[in-house]
Amino acid sequence: MKAHYGYKDGAGDFFIIIDTDNCIECADHPCIPACPESVLEIIEDDYEDMVCAVTMDHRKKIKYSCAPCKPDRDRPPLLCVTACPKNALEHLW
Amino acid sequence: MAEFWRWKEYNWHDENKDWRDGELITAGVDVGSVSSQAVIVVDGELYAYSNMRTGSSSPESANNSFNWAIEGTGLTLDDVGFVIGTGYGRVNVPFSHKAITEIACHARGANAMYGPSVRTVLDMGGQDCKVIRCDEKGKVTAFAMNDKCAAGTGRGMEVFADLLAIPIGEVGELSLDVEEEPPPVSSTCVVFAKSEATGLLREGWSKSKVLAAYCSAMAHRVVTLLEQVGVEEDFAITGGIAKNSGVVTRLEKELGIKALPFDTDTQIAGALGAALFAQNLLRKKLAKAGK
Repeated sequence: MKAHYGYKDGAGDFFIIIDTDNCIECADHPCIPACPESVLEIIEDDYEDMVCAVTMDHRKKIKYSCAPCKPDRDRPPLLCVTACPKNALEHLW
Repeated sequence: MAEFWRWKEYNWHDENKDWRDGELITAGVDVGSVSSQAVIVVDGELYAYSNMRTGSSSPESANNSFNWAIEGTGLTLDDVGFVIGTGYGRVNVPFSHKAITEIACHARGANAMYGPSVRTVLDMGGQDCKVIRCDEKGKVTAFAMNDKCAAGTGRGMEVFADLLAIPIGEVGELSLDVEEEPPPVSSTCVVFAKSEATGLLREGWSKSKVLAAYCSAMAHRVVTLLEQVGVEEDFAITGGIAKNSGVVTRLEKELGIKALPFDTDTQIAGALGAALFAQNLLRKKLAKAGK
């Protein structure tokens, strides 16, 4: 499942896409401790799979939650994306 | 004062069926931000439902919608083997055995309402909009949801119905009564769209033309969300806006595909999906108990 967490508003589209079919194969979920803002968590989805998701607290403010990792210039690779061994994480902005 | 935004609340049950003949009786209760629905399913077949406005308390709305759905059937909560809560208030359904997200429930409900060929579901709810891709069993394969602002939602349409003093059920048809399609109003915020519409009325625009501009903006807004997830036919719409021909017609035009026609209330899709999930879980529970 490709789960799009985030929102769109007048400023743009701000979504993190998690490919849960890939995520499910990962036992350690290193993306979670890698995020300095604690944006990600493990949940049991509707089909009883343990997968990564964006926390409810961050879903409607993801643009601001992820801002520290996204400077205007010389943007480094995103810590969560780099940490994911299954290429299951993608940021849309 | 007339409430032009107020849509018809109602309940229904199949008078040709007796629930006592069934083996698996399950229920789904969808407590949404604007409306609440309860659906009773007997052996996988739709038996009864209600559709009403959500009140200030989610547990009360859940109770009211369930009680209204079973009204006149002789059924009681004790006769229902499994209940699933869904929607914004899903964790506040006092009598539910489990909560499942409205995303999974709408996919499952659309699969039951429109058939297994449905691959893309657009749920235009009261205060959010969801695009769901699913497989032939109604299992979600992708989704995106926008619940940060009211533009592109049922509540936004209610605001316009009130502003123009047009009953909500007539908005869609009236918006199609224009000679030429006007440019859309602001699609990013319902408050800005409303103030823009007030200005257009002052300029002499007819109500039909203003509604056309708003329906067009709403269609455009959800198309961008649909394109993000990708649209694959068959395409179905659930939620209250599915009944608004003004939005649906413009949406179909912009996408270049037709939405499937419906013969069941599109607002009950989530609760129906929940009731069908409940049926599977009840079957598992009974199998485990050796019954």
